[in-house]
Amino acid sequence: MIQEFTITAFSENQIGLLNRITNLFTRRHLNIESLTVGESAIKGVHKFTIVVRATREQVEKVTKQIEKLVEVLKAFYLAEDEVIHQEIALYKVRTESLTQSNRFEAIMREHNARILELTPKYTVIEKTGHKEDTQKLFQELDQFGVLQFTRSGRIAVTRSNYEYLTAYLKEIEKFNEQNS
Amino acid sequence: MKKSENQTTLTITGAEAVVKSLLEEGVKDIFGYPGGSIMPVYDALYDYHDQLHHILVRHEQGAIHAAQAYARVTGKAGVCIVTSGPGSTNLTTGLADAMMDSTPVVCISGQVAAGLLGTDAFQETDIIGISMPVTKWNTQVTKAEDIPAAIAKAFYIARSGRPGPVLVDITKNAQFGKLEFSYKPCTFIRSYRPFIEPDISAINQAADLINNAKKPYVLFGQGVILANAEEEFKKFIEKGDIPAAWTLLGLSALPTNHPLNVGMLGMHGNYGPNLLTNECDVLIAVGMRFDDRVTGDVSRFAKQAKVIHMEIDPAEINKNVKADVAIPGSVKDTLPLLTERIKQGNHTEWIRQFRDLYKIEYEKVISKVLHPESKGITMPEVIHLLAEKTEGDAILVTDVGQHQMMGARYFRFNKTRSLVTSGGLGTMGFGLPAGLGAKIGSPDRTVITIVGDGGFQMTMQEMGTIFQTGAAVKIVLMNNNFLGMVRQWQELFFDKRYASTELINPDFIKLSEGFRIPAARVSERSKLSEAIDTMLAHQGPYLLEVMVEKEGNVFPMVPAGAAVSEIMLEPKKS
Ligand SMILES: Cc1ncc(C[n+]2csc(CCOP(=O)(O)OP(=O)(O)O)c2C)c(N)n1
Repeated sequence: MIQEFTITAFSENQIGLLNRITNLFTRRHLNIESLTVGESAIKGVHKFTIVVRATREQVEKVTKQIEKLVEVLKAFYLAEDEVIHQEIALYKVRTESLTQSNRFEAIMREHNARILELTPKYTVIEKTGHKEDTQKLFQELDQFGVLQFTRSGRIAVTRSNYEYLTAYLKEIEKFNEQNS
Repeated sequence: MKKSENQTTLTITGAEAVVKSLLEEGVKDIFGYPGGSIMPVYDALYDYHDQLHHILVRHEQGAIHAAQAYARVTGKAGVCIVTSGPGSTNLTTGLADAMMDSTPVVCISGQVAAGLLGTDAFQETDIIGISMPVTKWNTQVTKAEDIPAAIAKAFYIARSGRPGPVLVDITKNAQFGKLEFSYKPCTFIRSYRPFIEPDISAINQAADLINNAKKPYVLFGQGVILANAEEEFKKFIEKGDIPAAWTLLGLSALPTNHPLNVGMLGMHGNYGPNLLTNECDVLIAVGMRFDDRVTGDVSRFAKQAKVIHMEIDPAEINKNVKADVAIPGSVKDTLPLLTERIKQGNHTEWIRQFRDLYKIEYEKVISKVLHPESKGITMPEVIHLLAEKTEGDAILVTDVGQHQMMGARYFRFNKTRSLVTSGGLGTMGFGLPAGLGAKIGSPDRTVITIVGDGGFQMTMQEMGTIFQTGAAVKIVLMNNNFLGMVRQWQELFFDKRYASTELINPDFIKLSEGFRIPAARVSERSKLSEAIDTMLAHQGPYLLEVMVEKEGNVFPMVPAGAAVSEIMLEPKKS
């Protein structure tokens, strides 16, 4: 069964690693739905959050291949119900068309969106949520003419309260001390 | 390896640091080809030629195949060194080959100066990008002081865990730059854990399965050789009295004449080993990865059996075949733990089934090709004679095609690390340079390279290298005037439509003599034995061209997409 999975990988900050990771998807003909990379809570350790639609078996295999990469510390995958995730979207709309409408305030309230910048020419609106939510707001705002729209990749935390990486890093540092 | 703590540091160039780092890693032979971006390193090599033996190949593909074979016969990492641009792109086939076959190779490539990166400078190629999917790891060094650490890391990664090829790309300014040299071998990388703690509960489960099995069956691969676990492996199968069959790359880990060695798996493997895969009750895979050439239709592979998978690379477990019990880790560690826990077995009846099937295969296939009624010499005859005359002590190197399968089927091995072949990638052109590398790595052993008339012509320029080094490679060219393996498929599956598989060949004897390597041609059975004797008795390199029957086929065969139990002993009668 094809489902949505979130793959999380922690890695050293190494040039070219992103390439190595995306190559693993390309060769399996898997399309990456969303990809976010940035420094994790631990300095020097990068976190990749990758959303992919695939079977559990495919995701398991690709995750193992990611973890096999020399610079990857740890990789795991989680199904939709095991993560809490968000995306952020920005919408730029002509201010004039907003002010002519009497629905605008209601839309903003219903969607829990907020205004980041307001000028006589345009207004920038921000909303966080799941893709469906940010998409729905886009459809509503489109009646006013959206000048620009952009959506980020996914960021996610796990439902389980176990922090995989910290424990893992402790374990390997211990291993190194014992063996050197 | 020396500890370098008290070593006084020394200011040298990056290029010299490359050479000194290689020496620190215990490297004795390197294969390479010079060019603009690697010239400083070659200049440094000039001063160290008495410590580091550089073999000048004729094409960079030859360098890496030679380095691969060197690694395979010695167990050390093979090393090659090339220039930027075309020099490094010429490595890619060998990198892919080494990646597939888990061969430790360290490649050092020159690169344009750091300031020119990204400008399409002369002979600039993004070899880091190109080689990414075909290396275990690669890195670009742009500063002299980073060279020793990068090389140390490269050797550590290439050799540890599941071995593989690595590439260190060094910009020209880094080679010219100065550094304080001190060398520290790499033994730990935080994000890389080649060592896996054996899982005792899984091993207990496996022992339990084996102890209750009626028809246990071992499939072994190169993992046994790469872990230097041949003895541990033998003890395990002997205690369990378990028949064992090999993958192409596992060949020679267990002597051919060992009573539990039941033969070869896969597409052109033996009858019993394939058929009984679908009859065993417990299947124990040791250091192998269930390649599709081994499994045939994987959905009909050993479905009746409980599968135990012992494998160093966790990504291979459950990749192709689901394991009921997974034992990740080096088989060097896990096999003894398993052997301790199994009972002395007795599976005489079960083993007899393999012997009985071998008899059928012998009658229907083997005796026919070893004692043919037809006039033409068969490849198995040649291989069989070579095996007899070298008494199983030679190293056999092959190219890719029918002769490769025949070599695996009919040669005999007493010692491990004695078969060098391109398994996973099936690279034609591998054989000749690999023969060179094997001989350089194992100068005291007889090295026989068998090649087809097709594959020989892919890398035959290495005849020049063989002559220059004097490496006594015995080249047996099986000439059937066809791209034999492809022609076989055309015969069996494409109505004998021989599209572009017939070869109108050069005069290989003159060609060999042009390279100053003595050569002879044999086309009659009655002269074959003597011709082989002459070749083996000759001191230096030698080429023997054997005119073999044009349309011989390799059987048995598991047709592509068929189940292993559908193995055919002869072509289907149409
Ligand atoms: C580089 C490369 N190109 C193409 C192939 C496909 N291929 C596999 S076997 C074979 C024929 C080999 O013919 P030859 O070298 O004469 O050996 P034979 O099969 O006759 O023993 C070919 C073309 C390959 N394996 N490698």
